[in-house]
Amino acid sequence: MEKFTRLDGVAAPLMRANVDTDAIIPSREMKQVSKTGLSGGLFANWRYADVATRQEDPGFVLNRPSYRGASILVAGSNFGCGSSREHAVWALHEYGVRCVIAPSFGAIFQGNCVRNGILPVALPEDQVQALAALVEAAPGVRLSIDLEAQTITAPGAAAISFGIADGDREMLLEGLDMIGVTLKRQAQIDVFETGYRQARPWRRLDLSGADAAKLERALPL
Amino acid sequence: MGKTIVEKIWSQHLVADLADGASLIYVDRVLLHERTGSIALKSLAETGRPVRSPGQALVCMDHIVDTFVNRSDDTAMPGGKAFIQQTREAAAQANIRVLDIDDPSQGIVHVVSPELGLAQPGLTIVCPDSHTCTQGGVGALAWGIGSTDGEHALATQTLAIRRPRMMRVTFDGVLGAGVTAKDMILHLIGEHTASGGAGYAVEFAGSAVQALSIEGRLTLCNMAVEFAAWTGICPPDEKTLAYVRGRPLAPEGALWDQAAADWLALRSDPDAVYDKEIAIDAAQIAPTITWGTSPQHAVAITGAVPDPAAFADPRQRAGAEAALTYMDLEPGVPLIGLPIQSAFIGSCTNGRLSDLRDAAAVLRGRRVAPGVRAIVVPGSMRVRAAAEAEGLDKVFLDAGFEWRKSGCSMCFFSGGEHFAEKERVVTSTNRNFENRQGPGVRSHLASPATVAASAVAGRLADVRALGA
Repeated sequence: MEKFTRLDGVAAPLMRANVDTDAIIPSREMKQVSKTGLSGGLFANWRYADVATRQEDPGFVLNRPSYRGASILVAGSNFGCGSSREHAVWALHEYGVRCVIAPSFGAIFQGNCVRNGILPVALPEDQVQALAALVEAAPGVRLSIDLEAQTITAPGAAAISFGIADGDREMLLEGLDMIGVTLKRQAQIDVFETGYRQARPWRRLDLSGADAAKLERALPL
Repeated sequence: MGKTIVEKIWSQHLVADLADGASLIYVDRVLLHERTGSIALKSLAETGRPVRSPGQALVCMDHIVDTFVNRSDDTAMPGGKAFIQQTREAAAQANIRVLDIDDPSQGIVHVVSPELGLAQPGLTIVCPDSHTCTQGGVGALAWGIGSTDGEHALATQTLAIRRPRMMRVTFDGVLGAGVTAKDMILHLIGEHTASGGAGYAVEFAGSAVQALSIEGRLTLCNMAVEFAAWTGICPPDEKTLAYVRGRPLAPEGALWDQAAADWLALRSDPDAVYDKEIAIDAAQIAPTITWGTSPQHAVAITGAVPDPAAFADPRQRAGAEAALTYMDLEPGVPLIGLPIQSAFIGSCTNGRLSDLRDAAAVLRGRRVAPGVRAIVVPGSMRVRAAAEAEGLDKVFLDAGFEWRKSGCSMCFFSGGEHFAEKERVVTSTNRNFENRQGPGVRSHLASPATVAASAVAGRLADVRALGA
């Protein structure tokens, strides 16, 4: 996975509350079994006056010249709520977004960000509003984000500190592949599983083998 | 100090404490569907990592498959066929069982799993689908994940996660006539916002929750994610045991007795501590419906479209203004009487047999209003068969509803079948987001009974006024 250490980029304000993953990428824009080819569908219903022809809506923030191609979004609360679709994060990443700053995030979306090299920064509402006011007042302004120092700096302003779980921070800084990390614990998982199955044997299941035929049984009346 | 049910299940599944307070948690079941499971299976195969325990996974074809009676791999969704076929092939390669289009058990994953007894109290269940929380209705710890975590669970049978904070939502009292689990959860989100549960595992408690059927509890937990909760759960009781017993994958014989004792001990201790508590008087809940584009835009059916100026928070006000524009509504307009063009009953929220019975009770001897398109999509093929066995299909057909095969159908628009542009739809589903059910479509979330009553009236209606 791509590492995230420092970022210096244009920040765009998108302060609607509860921006859901259907809005970030509508289901109909997920056209193939693929993690790529998604950025054209990013925010499609807001970004295009006509989705079919891709005729842009000039009023949408990312279509305004100063914010086009922004790598940072300053967003409203509960950003990324709704559907679990990781395509929302893949689309943001492919578009060039590397950091989203918001008062809160949809839980699945936040986890998906960290697994794909995008830094989700949760800040108190008043700090996010102040940042939004700043990037709205000076379109095209660049913010500097330093994950090691855990700071966000705007030109001429004091650095803002942010918190992030150590595990998420490490995953982003090191670009860790969590599956690879966990696979190193395979022996530990094996030991756990053996004891677990002895303690609660009814939880064993093999739908590819011994239990497959049970799926044909009738439901109780 | 006592433990909550979530803490108890967490301890049982704790493989390792990781840095940062995170835990490596054992995953009992991995569920997949062709929308997001397809990419997890494909990506895992590309990395050459094997699926650790394919027998603990199951694929349900539900999201993209058509629900027309004569369906095939060819779907209304452009490119949908590739999702179905690639999922099928990847599952076969990984030796994972598929409940395919023509399987008599096919259906929406969160309907199928409890129905087959795959979901059981105390199990950890994950699926790259946000409504996995539904399965908390049987006392499982079930939560939605992304596709990358789906790969992680398939490859390692674990997930690395941080323990959520604990919230208890207590509904005490007796629900009024015509008020259902759907109204309870819409009421909660309407009162406490769509981000009110952020960071929490929500335990649903109280006499009104105990009085719900297990299917009602599945509905309640289904929309925990719409409350931004990590998941929802209803502690198992004798009703849960009676529900699970005898299902195809339920424990049998001596194992049943062991399991049943274990499940009842999962309930939260009396001195368990919660980070947050919410109490709601169930008797005060009316049939509830949404007027806007977030599940938090919910009010009693007897209410009116609110005035955005009444919202103190400027962002909530802006959200309400944008919602009214999208929904083409004026402040102060009563919800009862708003003309609708379509009505939809189905989804992982309200596609179970009890939901169809509720709707049919309203529809028996009545007809859908002229010009209204009404559709019912059973949550699974087993639900469909059971409904047909008791004649519900005839009730729906006689009333003028379409009677479909199972799937997620028009709960969401993926480029194929959808409601007509800018239509007003009353729907038993879970999301009223902009464009969720079609371009410009205006969705009003409600219970199946309210959907049925509104379909008959041709306008949003109070089911209590019709009399079932």
